[in-house]
Amino acid sequence: MYAIRPTGWSPREAGAEVLARVLDKAGLSRREVAYIVGTGYGRVALNFIDHAVTEITCQARGINYLTGKAGTIIDIGGQDTKVITVNEQGKVVDFVMNDKCAAGTGRFLEVMATAMGMDVDELGSLPENVNPVNISSMCTVFAESEVISLLAGGAAREEIVAGLHRAVARRVKSMLKNTAPATVVFTGGGAKNEGLRRALAAELGVEVMVPAEPQITGALGAAIIAWEGNGGAVAAVPKISGQ
Amino acid sequence: MSDTYREMWRELNMDLEKHDVFLGTLPVAFGEVFLRQDNRPAGMAYFDNALAEAHGGRIQEILAGKKAGRMVAGTFCVFAPEELVFAVDGISIGLCGGAQFTVPTGEQVLPRNLCPLIKSAMGFKLDRICPYFQAVDFLIGETTCDGKKKTWEILNEYVPTYVMELPQKKGAADLVLWEGEIHRLKEEIERRSGREITADRLASGIKMANARRDALARLYRARRADPVPISGKDALLISQLAFFDDPERFTAQVNSLCDELEERIARGEGVTRKGAPRILVTGTPMALPYWKLHHLVETAGAVIVGEETCTGTRYFAGRVAEDGQTVEDQVKDLARRLTAINCACFTPNKDRVEDILRLVRDARADGAIYFSLQFCQPFGVEGRLVERALQEAGVPVLRLESDYSEEDAAQLKTRIEAFLEMIAS
Ligand code: SF4
Ligand code: SF4
Repeated sequence: MYAIRPTGWSPREAGAEVLARVLDKAGLSRREVAYIVGTGYGRVALNFIDHAVTEITCQARGINYLTGKAGTIIDIGGQDTKVITVNEQGKVVDFVMNDKCAAGTGRFLEVMATAMGMDVDELGSLPENVNPVNISSMCTVFAESEVISLLAGGAAREEIVAGLHRAVARRVKSMLKNTAPATVVFTGGGAKNEGLRRALAAELGVEVMVPAEPQITGALGAAIIAWEGNGGAVAAVPKISGQ
Repeated sequence: MSDTYREMWRELNMDLEKHDVFLGTLPVAFGEVFLRQDNRPAGMAYFDNALAEAHGGRIQEILAGKKAGRMVAGTFCVFAPEELVFAVDGISIGLCGGAQFTVPTGEQVLPRNLCPLIKSAMGFKLDRICPYFQAVDFLIGETTCDGKKKTWEILNEYVPTYVMELPQKKGAADLVLWEGEIHRLKEEIERRSGREITADRLASGIKMANARRDALARLYRARRADPVPISGKDALLISQLAFFDDPERFTAQVNSLCDELEERIARGEGVTRKGAPRILVTGTPMALPYWKLHHLVETAGAVIVGEETCTGTRYFAGRVAEDGQTVEDQVKDLARRLTAINCACFTPNKDRVEDILRLVRDARADGAIYFSLQFCQPFGVEGRLVERALQEAGVPVLRLESDYSEEDAAQLKTRIEAFLEMIAS
């Protein structure tokens, strides 16, 4: 059971609303919920949780639960991009996050979409077999003017978009610190972009899987941790509907 | 704020309005970062006060010394042989900048993609809000990283800046060069102070610097205990104040604080619970008033048990031999510090990796945070080698790059917490 909504300006209100919606869907009252783990940037602002755990740890648990394997998670969200290495037990072995810079994040693609007069959600649905143009700058500011001059020079939008996806994929590849990953799962809002998924698979040379709901796998991990936090008495975590 | 201080600042040609704004931001930050800690050692009161009086009482002291004919030198690197300054009864102040406040001004004359430590220091001079910068007779810079090396040329337009050529390797020829550089600085200091540096005077300068090193080494030894008797933040503050305070008084205060800490250890008393995650920080210096990383780590429930930085172990590394009989011998001894301090400006710099591994062991650290300031090339590049060595030794390591602004605090917090979760699991 889950609900999704954008955080907006108040993580606390957004969290409360999501909780209310989930309870409603499940037909449960607040008192019937024994333990709540909050995760993500807004986790500290949530006043109804029992425990806060970072999205990195939660993402690892969630994906490991779904795949049952060790592997690499590539999470591209609005604010940042993370590469998380997980072992077979779902523990984080290592993780890398982009530094103070929007290069390679969802924000980067958002800015580029705007520069092309598109919505970021449209980026993934463009035709597949095009030649990506070369985007030479990973800096959001420079890439934006590059995109504008490419458009002015008559380049096709889908070629530019393919080029942007490839640029992000290369940036992610550089975060992998030259270890060739086996199982790669792609999560976060960015994972809804099929073009980006293809670009990642092409750059990394491996299959890149996307879970059914890539934006809530962190919440799934939080739920599993909550389950354990509440004693974890029952061996198997119940399957979550919708997955 | 007393009128005497305002008068003093005016005489130092400071920008009083800007200075008020700057000072206004500090008490808030200080209260939040330091005063809310549980069970702080009583001996921290001296250092809290030293910080509070950094732009007041301490400046008064320095100006009184100046009036009495004492030379005041500003330094920027732990390689600056302060012993020579002490030998002429001079005052030595470490001037590296750690405040975002002055970075934008620094950027007016320096490239934006330069490390904030340099930009902040430059900004303090241009903004005229640092009384130390206003009080110094001259600065001693070194050819360390390119950013600093080229900044001296610009800084020299505002305040006389003497540049020592610090070698980039540690071979025999480099030692000879460095020894020559120390001789030349000695002449410069003799000329500026009007006092001759005799073997006796230099011997007492060496002793004074060593005593301060010994006291700080003792403080760092106390941090090995579990539970730790002092927070990382407090230890960092002490290291930072070492650059400004009167060395003899500072040494005595650190030693009496250590007496208290050793009693705490004997009683098994600490500032955290026993078994709290222990972190070693390694990387670029953290100049006053930079406390961001320590604050984030310690509010996340871990404790910092050591810093392999120039505001940490590199500051007190390289004790100088005290038995040199002639100035010649003493200068040779001073030059040898070159080989004992492992800064990323040198190549190769393998011993730094050894230092870090040893510190992890000694401090019983559960993990290490490799911290480099944004745009610092030496430490940024070297990070890869250090990270690999730590991983091979089975020490979890988190690499962070940041600057003095607060913008990335939430991001850093997430990374630090995830790292602690990783260590705990
Ligand atoms: S990091 Fe290197 S250059 Fe900077 S103060 Fe330390 S020793 Fe000097
Ligand atoms: S932190 Fe790095 S770039 Fe900055 S002054 Fe020190 S060595 Fe140079």
